[in-house]
Amino acid sequence: MRLGELALHEVRHRLRTGLALATGPFVFRIESRLPAVAANLHRLYADFPLSEGPFADFHVRVDRVAGPRRWIRPQAQFWLDATQPFKPLPADQAYAMLEWGMNWCISSHAHHYLMLHAAVLERGGRALILPGDPGAGKSTLTAALMLDGWRLLSDELTLMDRDDGLLYGLARPVSLKNASIEVIRAHAPAAVFGDVTRDTHKGTVSHLKPSAESVDRLNEPARPAWIVFPRWQAQAPARLTPHPKAAAFLHLASHAFNYSLLGALGFKLTADLMDACQCWDFEYGHLPEALQRFRVLAAT
Amino acid sequence: MNRRCNDLLAVLQEPARMSALTLAKWDRLLPQAQAAGLLARLAVLADDLGITGQLPPPVRPHLTAARTLAERQRRAVLWEARKLDEALAASGMPVLLLKGAAYVLGELPPARGRLFADIDILVPKDRLGDAEARLMLAGWHATQHTDYDQRYYRQWMHELPPMTHLRRGSHLDVHHNLLPETARLKTRPEQVIEAAQPLPGYRCLRLPTLEDLVLHSATHLFHEGEWQHGLRDLVDLDALLRWGAARSDWWPALLERARQLNLGHPLALALRYTQRLLATPVPAAVLAEASRASSRLAWALRDALFLRGFATAHADCRLPGTRLAAFVLYVRAHALRMPLRLLLPHLVYKATRGREQAKA
Repeated sequence: MRLGELALHEVRHRLRTGLALATGPFVFRIESRLPAVAANLHRLYADFPLSEGPFADFHVRVDRVAGPRRWIRPQAQFWLDATQPFKPLPADQAYAMLEWGMNWCISSHAHHYLMLHAAVLERGGRALILPGDPGAGKSTLTAALMLDGWRLLSDELTLMDRDDGLLYGLARPVSLKNASIEVIRAHAPAAVFGDVTRDTHKGTVSHLKPSAESVDRLNEPARPAWIVFPRWQAQAPARLTPHPKAAAFLHLASHAFNYSLLGALGFKLTADLMDACQCWDFEYGHLPEALQRFRVLAAT
Repeated sequence: MNRRCNDLLAVLQEPARMSALTLAKWDRLLPQAQAAGLLARLAVLADDLGITGQLPPPVRPHLTAARTLAERQRRAVLWEARKLDEALAASGMPVLLLKGAAYVLGELPPARGRLFADIDILVPKDRLGDAEARLMLAGWHATQHTDYDQRYYRQWMHELPPMTHLRRGSHLDVHHNLLPETARLKTRPEQVIEAAQPLPGYRCLRLPTLEDLVLHSATHLFHEGEWQHGLRDLVDLDALLRWGAARSDWWPALLERARQLNLGHPLALALRYTQRLLATPVPAAVLAEASRASSRLAWALRDALFLRGFATAHADCRLPGTRLAAFVLYVRAHALRMPLRLLLPHLVYKATRGREQAKA
């Protein structure tokens, strides 16, 4: 059964005792009494399967902080099981906090993968990895590529399996910040967004619903093929230029969540990834032109 | 311990039971073991028995991840030990490894699948200044900056203010005693240093005897009040005791050593609770001999307290009164550490200072 088959009030009811969502390799059992959390989950995760089994990989909860803070400047807190890994945030950031908390659960525990800090999408069985420094336009490009028919694996976490070297996806909503929210709205007026949250530590944040195809094919791994470092530059023509592999290796290793933790295995997996991929720098100023360039890349 | 934590204790006592647990049981056991810092230990125990392949497939990746983290920490401890040896070798002083680092370098059973927060070493008190200067030259520096904290450690405690390495970020506790200077209970660290054995391949690092490792671990557990690691520390003790028990003279030697070091009380506590919670095979006569000094009523009160202390490992394990017990244990740890005339001003200072810092 999919989450979207439940009515909103049923989602709220189930969140009281725990609603188990299957997001690729991880089942999250989510608890919350906050209506905004239920509404955002209901809208953004509608196509996701509910997990009916007795087991969840992570038991998370996001709720109001109790005590006087319930009324005066209310706050939300995130729990992984019985622990509270973060300081509370203003209550209107509860849903964003849940998304960040879920990312943190994976990045700080799932050492059975090599975890790179990069977006990843797939077309024709081949995966495109988009590392990128903050502000480089990685999330905007990821959202636009997904809306153009690329299958989303993740906007944030590239998970490489240590046994088969394939990339595994989560297909969770794409986190967009500040100006990129309006850019994507203008580019794709039909795109579905969650609530817009202002004044977070990342600025204004909103989550974009993943495409139905991305969620349907959630459990299909992808073979790494391209690593592209995007850089948005006003008015710049779309241009792919080769990125030296040694530099790409160093960038990925130093931005990985657990490269050094995996020791020799981390080195081997990153080296395998380099062998499997073409590495490019990509400068772009206009989304439609950028998307055309990636269609050509996928056809080669 | 609450009955909801029975599975955790059961698999620690007899790891083979892991293969019989349902997925629904694992759903509770994994977070409990994770919170107690014991998941990697379970992973390694399952590997040793060759039963990992029989466990439910959704459980296995969690064990792989935990095992990977523990393996990484083991490598880091070996590297830190090498660096410590380089930093202190020229001083000619003996440098004893304690707790986790000792288990890893001594290849002792508690090292398997163990997680670490810091490295603990013990040096002779009269060499403390030399050790500190050499460590600072090698990149370790004190993390407690206020004059008050410096004085708290230097005048009253059994260790220097915790140190952190500038580049590697690793934490180091440099002890000169097993107990604070101000504690009522007095022990004899010089005897521990004297009995320690050099570690092959290192110039100044030494390994305390197995008896002394047990006694230090017990003293640390029951005197420091770090109850969030309580069950993990008890698992260390269980593994050390089982390892020692293979020696025919083990139990009398351990009791005798506890008498020499004046650490009979922490040992009695360690033997009682490893046996109660982890079914450590402590002979009845040894347990009776160790517990002799206290009445039955005293033991009943301690049980009420300490069993709740261990129950802080995870919210599921809590018993009614756990919060009160945790508070009593916190006060107890401080009261054991220093007499009231020092403790009260210290707690008042900390409470008011804490408020000022929160405002700032």
